[in-house]
Amino acid sequence: MLPVSYYVGLSAILFTIGALGVLIRRNAIIIFMSIELMLNAANLAFVAFARAHESLSGQIFVFFVITVAAAEVAVGLALIVAIFRNKQSIDVDQMSNLKG
Amino acid sequence: MNPVLNPLTLVTFFPLLGVLALFFIQSDRKNTLRWTALITSLITFGISMWLLAEFNAKDPELQMVINLPWIQVAGWNISFYMGVDGLSILLVLLTTFLTPISILSTWTAIEERVKDFMLFFLLLEVGMLGVFLAQDLFLFYVFWEFTLVPMYFLIGIWGGPNRMYAAVKFFLYTMAGSLLMLLAILWLGIYQDTFAVPELIAKGGIPANIQIWLFLAFAAAFAIKVPMWPLHSWLPDAHVEAPTAGSVILAGVLLKMGTYGFVRFNIPLFPAAAVKLAPWMALLAVIGIIYGAAVSYAQKDIKKLVAYSSVSHLGFVMLGLFALNPQGIQGGILQMINHGLSTGALFLLVGMIYEQTHTRDFDVYGGLWKLTPVFGTLSLIVVLSSMGLPGLNGFVGEFTILLGAFGSDAIGSPWYAGLAAIGVILAAVYMLYMFQKMFLGPEGSVVEEVKKHGHGIKDLNLREIVTLVPILILIFWIGLYPKPFFALMAPTVDKLVAAVQAAAVAMH
Amino acid sequence: MLLSEVVTSGPDFFYLAPWLVFFPVIGLLINIIFGGRFSEKVIGTVASTASGLTFVVAVLLALSLRAHHEGVTILLAEWIAIGELQLDWAFRVDTLSVTMMMVVGGVGTLIHIYAIGYMHEDVRFKNDPGRFRRFFVFLNLFIAAMMILVSGDNYLMLFVGWEGVGLCSFLLIGFWYEMDTLARASTDNAMAAKKAFITNRVGDFGFLIAGMIMFWAFKSVQFDTVFEAAHHIAELQPGIIIAITLFMLLGVAGKSAQIPLFVWLPDAMAGPTPVSALIHAATMVTAGVYLVARSAPLYMLVPQAQGIVAIVGGATALFAATIAVGQYDIKKVLAYSTISQLGFMVAAVGMGAFVAGMFHLVTHAFFKALLFLSAGSVILGVERGHHHGHHDHDDHGHGDHHDDEKSEVFDPGDMRNMGGMRKSMPVTFWLYIIGSLALAGIFPFAGFWSKDEILAEATALNFTVYILLAIAAFFTAFYMGRQIWMVFYGKPKHEAAEHAEESPPIITVPLMVLAALSILGGALNLPGVGTFTHWLEMTYEKFDLHLHHGEFNLTVAITSTVLALLAIGISWLIYGRKSVTFDQADPLKRILGPIFVGMENKWWIDELYWAVILNPYIAIAKFTADVIDWRFWHDWFHDKVIAGTFNWFSKTFLDSWIDQRGIDGFANGLAAGTKELAQRLSGIQTGFVRNYALSVFVGVVVILGYLILQ
Repeated sequence: MLPVSYYVGLSAILFTIGALGVLIRRNAIIIFMSIELMLNAANLAFVAFARAHESLSGQIFVFFVITVAAAEVAVGLALIVAIFRNKQSIDVDQMSNLKG
Repeated sequence: MNPVLNPLTLVTFFPLLGVLALFFIQSDRKNTLRWTALITSLITFGISMWLLAEFNAKDPELQMVINLPWIQVAGWNISFYMGVDGLSILLVLLTTFLTPISILSTWTAIEERVKDFMLFFLLLEVGMLGVFLAQDLFLFYVFWEFTLVPMYFLIGIWGGPNRMYAAVKFFLYTMAGSLLMLLAILWLGIYQDTFAVPELIAKGGIPANIQIWLFLAFAAAFAIKVPMWPLHSWLPDAHVEAPTAGSVILAGVLLKMGTYGFVRFNIPLFPAAAVKLAPWMALLAVIGIIYGAAVSYAQKDIKKLVAYSSVSHLGFVMLGLFALNPQGIQGGILQMINHGLSTGALFLLVGMIYEQTHTRDFDVYGGLWKLTPVFGTLSLIVVLSSMGLPGLNGFVGEFTILLGAFGSDAIGSPWYAGLAAIGVILAAVYMLYMFQKMFLGPEGSVVEEVKKHGHGIKDLNLREIVTLVPILILIFWIGLYPKPFFALMAPTVDKLVAAVQAAAVAMH
Repeated sequence: MLLSEVVTSGPDFFYLAPWLVFFPVIGLLINIIFGGRFSEKVIGTVASTASGLTFVVAVLLALSLRAHHEGVTILLAEWIAIGELQLDWAFRVDTLSVTMMMVVGGVGTLIHIYAIGYMHEDVRFKNDPGRFRRFFVFLNLFIAAMMILVSGDNYLMLFVGWEGVGLCSFLLIGFWYEMDTLARASTDNAMAAKKAFITNRVGDFGFLIAGMIMFWAFKSVQFDTVFEAAHHIAELQPGIIIAITLFMLLGVAGKSAQIPLFVWLPDAMAGPTPVSALIHAATMVTAGVYLVARSAPLYMLVPQAQGIVAIVGGATALFAATIAVGQYDIKKVLAYSTISQLGFMVAAVGMGAFVAGMFHLVTHAFFKALLFLSAGSVILGVERGHHHGHHDHDDHGHGDHHDDEKSEVFDPGDMRNMGGMRKSMPVTFWLYIIGSLALAGIFPFAGFWSKDEILAEATALNFTVYILLAIAAFFTAFYMGRQIWMVFYGKPKHEAAEHAEESPPIITVPLMVLAALSILGGALNLPGVGTFTHWLEMTYEKFDLHLHHGEFNLTVAITSTVLALLAIGISWLIYGRKSVTFDQADPLKRILGPIFVGMENKWWIDELYWAVILNPYIAIAKFTADVIDWRFWHDWFHDKVIAGTFNWFSKTFLDSWIDQRGIDGFANGLAAGTKELAQRLSGIQTGFVRNYALSVFVGVVVILGYLILQ
């Protein structure tokens, strides 16, 4: 059995990739995918620790996270579609209406 | 008992299925919407017939009881408690009976936002049935307030020109009274440790001086709803502005919620106060009878006349209830039904002619009997029923009420009934005035006016006759053979009277 | 069943009693449902058959009673049962009720037949053939209601019929509801109908109160129960019986048109003539007399109340007779005459002479129906003459549609248009003479016997009433003489009267039957034989009533005959020799002056009621509705005080004072500061998602770093 640190390392790498994706990319869909990546990195860590500590609560959290992620994607994609209809673009830099 | 297959829950919540179905029908398919609502209400009526078949008329207690814990926090003991007995069964039947009739009456009258209308109408039915079946004060209060919302929209959206004023007034008046009742309900729930009415009655033991305050707090809500003089100011506005079906349900059922409240809660929960205050309630009732009759006579608007006549008629109901003897209370309950039928029918008739003429001003009418013989004859029967002609339903109620009030120990003097009997004369005065103005004499100017816009005034069509005939059958039935109706309520009323008399004896 | 069996063994037909009501109801239902396809003849036949069958039932019941003197009660169904209140649909068959049933069924049927002819003519003149069916439906409804009235076994069932006949009266008075009596567009007939109903309701109010007192005193309103307990109650609390009987008198005054509620009956002549004859002369208006006769065991206990009833009756008899003298309309004279005759009956039953009162009720039904129907025949004759005269001038044939001004107001019922009609309408003339002689009380016509019995009883029981009635009898003969001279003698005063034509047999044959009854009706209760007295006593002896039996009093008989002949003679002196026309005043006016003006104007009783009761009520109702309810309560109290206070409280007090100056003052200051700060900080808001995300990351890193390094 692989030690937990391997999993955590993989999780950290995935999370970093996700975070960078969110920060760097302008395409809203890519940003979404990056967010998914971050969530799944967290999931991986959860599962790994659950296995290591032989406790089920970590796995249960994963289920919640998956559900929330699904909901979030649904709402998010709907928003993106709506925005695209309005602006003919999904470039997040163009969405700066909140500028103070 | 299984709470889902219980006739009470079924009858109360079945209209919600219709509401659900309405959601899935496109708004522009008006006839589908109408049929859906109509069939839903007819099935509800069918379920109420099942309820009637299951009902044991000889049993004075609550039947088909459902009692489930509902909100049980912080020592509060609120339950989902429903049951039916002789006091409520007839009103449940009246509600399920009048709803399809009202829906049928909107067939051509409501063309705007049919879906919303039907939706609110079915929700209103749920609320009304809940009011008559709830046996837990908290549950009752929820249904009681719930009826306000659909009615508010029915008046506010489909009403006449001054509808917002009327709707808001209706809402605020009823709400103001209800809040006092809520306080009393909370007092009872906290100090008596239960909200269930039968348990509260069984517990009793509220000191007489507190009973009076609680009685008055409940009465505030109910008296506004009835409406008792002098709290009737919202009624003419609401009636005049409401669409026909709204008026029918308002007069037919919603007002009865007030009188029902008195007989269901005020009298059994606070018997000592009821006995003590009976002469005062009777006094207000008698003033209402005479006042309503006089004011009706001076109206120029047909709907207003009928609205004020309700003040007079419900005065009779109140007089009967506070006679606190079997004749008075049974007569009072029957008169609730009678008023629902005859005033409901009057509003239907006014609505039918209004659809053609678009005016409710007496002065332009006249001589309609010749042009519309069926309409005239049916109107005559309803008018006669409303003024209490023997052989029709109104008389049976009025007579038993007057008889009960005349010899009532609680009211204590035959003068109240004697004065109320003058109301019988005055009823003939305003009702015949209305009939004469509309149907007799030479043709009124409205006939020409309608002719200008098309083919003149038409007699009732088949749908309209079908709408009215069930009511007419009941008018004759109750007038000639009211025994089955009295039999339904007799044991419960006897029990109630016995309890009140025991309280009266204990008081002295 | 064989007739011989009926007569010999006397099986009872009591079970047929409910059919008294069912037959006419079936008749009217047939006419309502199928009448649209029927011809006039069929409609009339159905209705007349229904009415005729009730008469047959009444006769069978009468036969059955020979074996059951005390009478029988037939229970149909329970009606209202609450606690002690037990009311049934039960039919009472005894000699008193059967007498009424036979009068209603018999006279009713004759009038049904007459109406087939009359209404055919009437609808022809008034241009609405659709009314024919409606008329017979109403007429059958009336028979049904009247049968309920006379056959009810308790006061409340009687009351059902009581108000039921009132309804029929309303419907039939207002039968031509879109016109007045001269067929001009007007609300007059409708108003007359309403007046009748509401006046009757005032009486019904009295009835209702009497019923309620009765129930709480006796715990029942069933006849036998009440009458049996009455003795006991009368000893303990005589006031209760007095109250019951006097409130009942109010009901009697309403239905039987006595002072003070008689005002509706003259206006009721707006109805078609058969209605005036059936409802407003022969049957319905006698319901009050029947009620007192029925309640004899109560009235006999309280002489005070009896005295009041008798005086009311006597006063009405005289008062109405004086008004009849001053009328010009042929039916109005008869209407006031009816009120006056009803006064005789009420006085009789009030005094305790129940048999005499009922006897007069029966004979009056015959001769007054005869008079009214003959008057109807006269009116039709004049109308025919009027049309005939027109068609002579106007060959286009639509004379009645394009009448000129003069004929527009032609009144076929006004006696000043008539005269000399004994030549043009000989049959009607003789019938009218018979009716008049019977009414005037000339030997040996029916009216002589019955009126004389009342007068004879009055001399023994209540002499004041006797005086009133004797004077009334004098006036009766006088106004009937006046009418005969004006209508049938002298020269025709209008071409319509000149051209009048005799009525067809369908109209005159029923009249001949009634005329025969008017001549022979006295045989019912001849002095010494007393068939009718024995018949009614079967009902009364059950309650052990010691009724006074006035012997035939020759002095009284001669006095009244002399008075009557004298009155006829005087009327000849005044009216017989020259005719009264529109141009000149009534000759009696020159003699009596202002008194005649009073008679002519019905002593201004209608005007008095308007001034004292109706106008004040209307004013009060308007004031209450407009000023108190609407302007004060609705507009001022609700809109201004309640809504206004609330608005002031929420808008002025809470909103502008507390909220805007108080809380808002503080809040606005805070807001201004925040705004200042915000404007400086707003530079951070770039609007780029990435920047925000970065700041989130930085924040997370900082927090995590703090937690780790801690």
